[in-house]
Amino acid sequence: MSSFIRWVDARFPLTKVWKEHFGEYYAPKNFNFLYYFGGILTVILIIQIVTGIILTMHYKPDVDLAFASVEYIMRDVPAGWFVRYLHSVGASMIFIALYVHMFRGLMYGSHRSPRELVWLLGMLLYVAMMAEAFFGYLLPWGNMSYWGAQVIVSLFGAIPFVGEGLAQWIRGDYVISDATLNRFFAFHVILLPLLLALLIYLHIVALHKVGSNNPDGVEIKQQKDENGKPLDGVPFHPYYTVKDTFGVGVFLTIYLAIVFFLPEFGGWFLEKDNFDPADILQTPPDIVPLWYLTPYYSILRAVTFEWLPGGAKLWGVIAMGAAIVIFFFLPWLDRSRVRSIRYRGWMYKTMLTLFVITFVMLGYLGTKNPGHVDLIWLKNVTWAQIGLVIYFAFFLLMPIYTRLDKTHPEPDRLVK
Amino acid sequence: MKKLLGLLFILMIPTIVVASGGSDENLDTAHIDLSDTKSLQRGARTFVNYCLSCHGASYMRYERMAKDLKISDSLLRENLMFTADKPGELMTTAMPADGAKQWFGVVPPDLSVTARYRRPDWIYTYLRSFYLDESSPTGWDNLVFPNVAMPNVLYRWQGSRIANFSEVNGNKHFDGFEQLQPGEMTGEEFDLAIQDLTNFMVYLAEPAKLVRYRVGLWVIIFMVIFTIFAYFLYKEYWRDVR
Repeated sequence: MSSFIRWVDARFPLTKVWKEHFGEYYAPKNFNFLYYFGGILTVILIIQIVTGIILTMHYKPDVDLAFASVEYIMRDVPAGWFVRYLHSVGASMIFIALYVHMFRGLMYGSHRSPRELVWLLGMLLYVAMMAEAFFGYLLPWGNMSYWGAQVIVSLFGAIPFVGEGLAQWIRGDYVISDATLNRFFAFHVILLPLLLALLIYLHIVALHKVGSNNPDGVEIKQQKDENGKPLDGVPFHPYYTVKDTFGVGVFLTIYLAIVFFLPEFGGWFLEKDNFDPADILQTPPDIVPLWYLTPYYSILRAVTFEWLPGGAKLWGVIAMGAAIVIFFFLPWLDRSRVRSIRYRGWMYKTMLTLFVITFVMLGYLGTKNPGHVDLIWLKNVTWAQIGLVIYFAFFLLMPIYTRLDKTHPEPDRLVK
Repeated sequence: MKKLLGLLFILMIPTIVVASGGSDENLDTAHIDLSDTKSLQRGARTFVNYCLSCHGASYMRYERMAKDLKISDSLLRENLMFTADKPGELMTTAMPADGAKQWFGVVPPDLSVTARYRRPDWIYTYLRSFYLDESSPTGWDNLVFPNVAMPNVLYRWQGSRIANFSEVNGNKHFDGFEQLQPGEMTGEEFDLAIQDLTNFMVYLAEPAKLVRYRVGLWVIIFMVIFTIFAYFLYKEYWRDVR
């Protein structure tokens, strides 16, 4: 075996790559449960790719056959229902893990120098993942698939001058049609998976260059022993491979429990309106995207001020776009002296808590009728407007409150 | 947003029919029990004899239904397979789509996944809410789905009845049904028959439901054991890390 490895090593840096990324990649030893989610994301993504390949073998991207082919998978393909539910529930599970992973970054300052590129690549992954989910959602060709895509693509029509042409170019038709279904299928199974694979590779390469952050926000590379090994680190393998196996086990148990016992998750993961085939003459009572996109949908609908130049729709689209883009600027908006929330003052803690509550609230409101009252006192749209203000205040005021905030000194070594 | 949607409709679509079918309020509860094979068999008989004449269940195969519901091949061929020659065929409707459009104004929807779209309680209540209405083209109307194109197919069982309405603050208020002629079944028998039919339609909408709970239990047991072992392995490796 070792002679074979030597033969390979002379031609390909096998041992070197293994050591750099597993055997001698030192990770801080104080990771808490929030640090499981990067590994979990990798595992679900692999599940999505494998189930996706199997689904592609039976699915037909054709407006006359798509809906029936999904039901064919659910009934006639051996274990097809299991593969399909793994894939449909997997989409929501990815976003759950992804949101926790991002929140972890905000908590412990993983976006701060020198990890700006890790953060930026992660944000690109987030956007690509949203696109992947959006394109995939059209494929079952249910009525919500159809009208969801219709509404979202028509948003491009709000862009001055080129908008209508652009929307038409994306659809390949005046309405969502067979041409749209075919190209969304191509994007979903080829373009975005390739892009995601590339971005994940870059995300991990960038991470392993600078090393992982940790709940104390301490740079473990600055304190090394006589052999040059970080004092507060442990090799990724075997320490974090066994620990992540446990974490992934817990997550997979929950994931599989949903797949087998609650695949629709009360309409949150599979909407009932999507069991009605797409019908151009009949809209669902409320057109809403799936839960992971609803915070932005809420922001879009919160802008109802017709007096704005260009109209409310244009500014709604701008606000929605800005809500995503502003995440990219986080490393430079945050001016705190420390990384981790453990050493930050009350201002950042308060703002982050408010932001998380707002994000969840916007997500909830995005599934509701704006004119109704589902929270207390105020109409949904009014709450969404309040949410919009808090959402942007979190980012735009960040240079001020992170600088004013009283911080505690960061330790040199991990705190026992 | 409303304006945006409004614009969308006007620009892109010649005519719009907003999905009708009433609200989810005031529905009776259907007791769904997929382990009750006898109930599913009775529901299947009603479905094949009455529903399949006009509706299809064209994502479902006769063979699969017979296997899941423990119906023998001969019984299937003689009593349940009216629209196909071979058990492997799909449960399509007997009625041509062109004719349906002419006779009812709409093509009756496929019923394969209706129980996932409409929910069991809706189906159970809807099928028991028909009443005579001379102003409607079919002579029937429905309390749950007003102006529905479907007539009361099961009126022989249920008998015929009318609905009494009164005006309350300018709104139409439903006071109750009034039986004109008794049907072949008593009220309770009819409710049970519709209960069985609803049960069957829940099965029809997702045949995998029969296996997924059973398989799921074993998978979860395996995952829990695996995770417990993974936990001890993790603790063992990390024992010397301080």
